[in-house]
Amino acid sequence: MTLADLDRGKRAIVLGYSDVVEPSTARRLFDLGLAPGVEVTMIRRAPLGDPVIFGVGDYEIALRGVQARCITAKPAD
Amino acid sequence: MGHAHHGGGGSTTANIGLKRFAVVGSPNSGKTTLFNALTGLHAKTGNYPGVTVARFEGRTRVDDRDTVVVEDLPGAYSLDPISPDEQIVVDVLDTDQHRANHRSVGLGVPDALLVLLNATTLRRSLGLIAQVHQTGLPICVVLTFTDDLARRRGRLDIAALTRALGVPVVPVVAGHRDGVADLRQVMAESDSWSTPVVAPPTDPAEVTAWIESVLASCDYQVPEVDHRTRRIDAVMLHPVIGTAIFAVTMFLFFQTIFTVAAPLQGYVEAGFGWLGDLVAARVHIPWLSGFLSQAVIGGVGSVLVFLPQIVLLFVLIALLEGTGYLARAAFLMDRVMARAGLEGRAFVALLSSVACAIPGIMATRSLPSAKDRLATMMGAPLMTCSARLPVYILLVSILLPAGSRIGPFSGRGVVMFALYLMGAVSAMLVAAVFKKLSSRGGPVLPFYMEMPPYQVPRLKNVAAEVWTAVSAFLRKVTSIIMTATVVLWVLLNLPLRGDAEMTAAGVDTGSETAVAAYVIDHSYAASVGKAVEPVFAPLGFDWRINIGILSSLAAREVFVATLGQVAAAENPEEPAAALTEMRVQDGPQAGRLLFDAPTIAALLVFFMYALQCMSTVGVMRRESGSWKWPAIAFGYMFVLAWVLALAARTVVAALW
Repeated sequence: MTLADLDRGKRAIVLGYSDVVEPSTARRLFDLGLAPGVEVTMIRRAPLGDPVIFGVGDYEIALRGVQARCITAKPAD
Repeated sequence: MGHAHHGGGGSTTANIGLKRFAVVGSPNSGKTTLFNALTGLHAKTGNYPGVTVARFEGRTRVDDRDTVVVEDLPGAYSLDPISPDEQIVVDVLDTDQHRANHRSVGLGVPDALLVLLNATTLRRSLGLIAQVHQTGLPICVVLTFTDDLARRRGRLDIAALTRALGVPVVPVVAGHRDGVADLRQVMAESDSWSTPVVAPPTDPAEVTAWIESVLASCDYQVPEVDHRTRRIDAVMLHPVIGTAIFAVTMFLFFQTIFTVAAPLQGYVEAGFGWLGDLVAARVHIPWLSGFLSQAVIGGVGSVLVFLPQIVLLFVLIALLEGTGYLARAAFLMDRVMARAGLEGRAFVALLSSVACAIPGIMATRSLPSAKDRLATMMGAPLMTCSARLPVYILLVSILLPAGSRIGPFSGRGVVMFALYLMGAVSAMLVAAVFKKLSSRGGPVLPFYMEMPPYQVPRLKNVAAEVWTAVSAFLRKVTSIIMTATVVLWVLLNLPLRGDAEMTAAGVDTGSETAVAAYVIDHSYAASVGKAVEPVFAPLGFDWRINIGILSSLAAREVFVATLGQVAAAENPEEPAAALTEMRVQDGPQAGRLLFDAPTIAALLVFFMYALQCMSTVGVMRRESGSWKWPAIAFGYMFVLAWVLALAARTVVAALW
């Protein structure tokens, strides 16, 4: 699964980035705290469906579906 | 540009020889608050050589003897830059490059760094610290938002963090005096700052391990979810309520600007009227009195009238930004902006352009994608800026009487709203076209936007932001606009005409008004205005309007000042009435009311699209790094303005 598949209020652990991600983008996602092993919570979707706010560690960040689909994850239970 | 006169302290070179501290940190780390707390409102703004990302620096005393320079670097999440802002941070911190390129004088190598660490986002912020260590510059960590951390029941042992990082750590909460005083003391001893025994790693996997070890050693307890922010967001970002609040916020935004500012504008106007009367009563040399009352007081006054509006506009934008709502607005609008190929932050840039295209264009710096920046920059000047406002108000008030109604609303208000709406739609369309043209090939940059917690805006930050904007406006008034009105006054009043010539032409030399009208009709300005008539005749403009348009190339407000000068010459008692009664003097349409509905429609549309603002051209040149883009913008906007003005004229002439 990817972060884009996460329902509201659900949590997931970041596994890595999909193959299509540019190295610079992967580096930036890493620098933003979306690093492998980090727990991410889906907080809410914008009224028009996109972007989506995720809770990453200790702060909140909005990502578009395009980016969320690039981040592979597994459900956190 | 104008720095020598208006900078207050001259250029940044005046600070050479003083110790320099650069403030480094991610966006939302409290950088601006700290910078304002350190330097007060005495900061100088300028631009970095070459790229011209705004540069803020100011002086501060660190102890009884020493004054140091503090430079506020743009916010950066990482030293692997992906936006022009972040590139600047990397360039300033790159000490090797300074030595190689001898650019040190231009950029001013910092002697030491103040790195901001937001205590509530410690994990992410530590990554930046690891990167900053690579520069080899002495580092002092400034820990911010410790109050938020406590409120959200997080925990952090500052002494342990100091040991773990191996550098001084000073907590400063929201620029509070005590924290700032501590920081100054530490800054005074920057030569003896401790450095870590082993530098932090750079490899991603090792960085993660290093961050974990630092967090563990300082007993870091992750703050709880910010319940206050979550509760506010549940309303503000609610699909229905949130959207409604957004619409109401935007509506109130414009209402405030127009209704609250109106009485204040009345006072400014009355003030200049009084000044004009004073001059007329005291100065008895006719040409000097005319120069002072028409060129100086009339010209500059007609523009300064808009000062209340500009102040209000920037206060509102600073408040929206300070509370954290602007990020929400960008979040809500992202999908809409995506239609134009842009992102939510471009909305913020376009919204700022309602004040003035210059802050709007500068706000595009927050866009990581260069293509988005250019597309937004090309569209931003079409947003109805405050400089168009005087022109619109003047023209709409000639077009419609004060009491006219369209449905339950004031007719003038509806037309004004339509003008704003058309400007916004045009800006989006143009941005979409440019984005489409430019985005063939090239990597797609990721979209991400931090959602900062809601905060009570800090008065000092709002004041600093408003002051920066207002002082820029005042500089524009005293330089570009003042020069333009004075040059115009000269052109409108020369060459001098002798009494004999006027008598020969049948002018009653005893009547001041008749003389003034004759002088203007035969002035140099009239010749220029008549020379460009072939271009503007299809739009219904005569030489007087042409002069206004040519002079407004310097700044749009000058149009009002110019028409004011022309009208005052024809009817010094009631210049406004003179405009409505002005008629076309010659040609096939002689005798037609000059400002009839089709001509006003054409003028409004022309002003909506034409890039009559040298400051915008200048900023575009700086922000895009070449003359190519301002040239393209000027060209496309002029063509658009002319064609659409002709269309508006034709349509209105058919319908009215």
